[in-house]
Amino acid sequence: MTTASTDTATGTTGEGGDILAVAREQVLERGEGLSEAQVLEVLRLPAERLTEALALAHEVRMRWCGPDVEVEGIVSLKTGGCPEDCHFCSQSGLFDSPVRAAWLDKDRLVEAAKQTAKTGATEFCIVAAVRGPDEKLMEQIRVGVAAIRAEVDINVACSLGMLTQDQVDRLAAMGVHRYNHNLETARSHFPEVVTTHTWEERWETLQMVRAAGMEVCCGGIVGMGESLEQRAEFAVQLASLDPDEVPMNFLIPNPGTPFAHLDVPQGPDALMTIAAFRLAMPKTVLRFAGGRELTLGDLGAEQGMLGGINAIIVGNYLTNLGRPAEQDLEMLETLKMPIKALNDTL
Amino acid sequence: MFCSFCGGETATGDHERCRARLSLIDPPRYCAECARRMVVQVDPMGWTARCSRHGERTSAEAAQR
Ligand code: SF4
Ligand SMILES: [Zn+2]
Ligand SMILES: [Zn+2]
Repeated sequence: MTTASTDTATGTTGEGGDILAVAREQVLERGEGLSEAQVLEVLRLPAERLTEALALAHEVRMRWCGPDVEVEGIVSLKTGGCPEDCHFCSQSGLFDSPVRAAWLDKDRLVEAAKQTAKTGATEFCIVAAVRGPDEKLMEQIRVGVAAIRAEVDINVACSLGMLTQDQVDRLAAMGVHRYNHNLETARSHFPEVVTTHTWEERWETLQMVRAAGMEVCCGGIVGMGESLEQRAEFAVQLASLDPDEVPMNFLIPNPGTPFAHLDVPQGPDALMTIAAFRLAMPKTVLRFAGGRELTLGDLGAEQGMLGGINAIIVGNYLTNLGRPAEQDLEMLETLKMPIKALNDTL
Repeated sequence: MFCSFCGGETATGDHERCRARLSLIDPPRYCAECARRMVVQVDPMGWTARCSRHGERTSAEAAQR
């Protein structure tokens, strides 16, 4: 922690000089992510320095990750009826949400993987709205993953909630390439977002996933009432996990959820957060996930791709729709950003 | 007729925000004919929405309208 005072009008500190100049040397040149205090300085930069922050984050991404963009599709195998109370989630069975429980059958699952692969995507993530998998779900995953791996050239990822060691081992043995489990928000803010399980329980699952040799995908949602200090805290907590991928979502206030009445995050705020997260994690895959359509629109999506993001989810999400995959693929072409090939990811 | 986003009657109340959500990121959740909550499945390229009384609608049909 630095005790330097920040001149919020310009982003210069009494100690280390201008934060973006410091980041240029520390992050761009040396590949060392910003500290919590430094991330906070970036988040507090005035709006007129957003373009500069995004440009630096983009340089960092190009230098440490390269121009390739990792494209992913996701699908909900089991929708709704979840016993947990994540306050942003329309799939919790504890809220009066219009989302009803539904299961996807194996044929539609495999078809979804095929359609995803056609876009050039290298990742396909199977998601279930559960606290953690039961035997029925583990069996469906086993059958589904085997069918996809036999028929489609794509890496299979899963997101099935909290796992036991036995379940981690079985998923790894099935050939699941990456596991998604979001910490969602800063540890200090988590109790305001979820009360049915703890941040630490999520952290434990992530450690087991890493130890079993699967790639770790862990991110969260921006705009759930967290302070800028908590946003900076979250960035460095994620960085300390050293995840292979960080999906960044922006809150979609969903009807019936406790967060239904929160505002959609503002575009400039979201973009500054993207830049700050990239400067905290220069080498990770930083993915645009849900909420970008509402928060950023088409123009903001491009600014994000030129501001530190190097991965996207194409097509629809779990309960919300994305813009058409073709539109994102055209955007990448316009930006001259090649789609990461499958043999680069294996 | 009922609003597919909030389930309210389209003739009463303001559904401008509902329409904005439906045009951007939401599949229909309530049957437009009877306001029942539908079973909705979203996959990467489309969606299906089934009312127990009025049958299934799909993104493919919706796109043709
Ligand atoms: S555990 Fe997942 S599906 Fe369940 S309420 Fe939380 S975010 Fe939603
Ligand atoms: Zn409405
Ligand atoms: Zn109906």
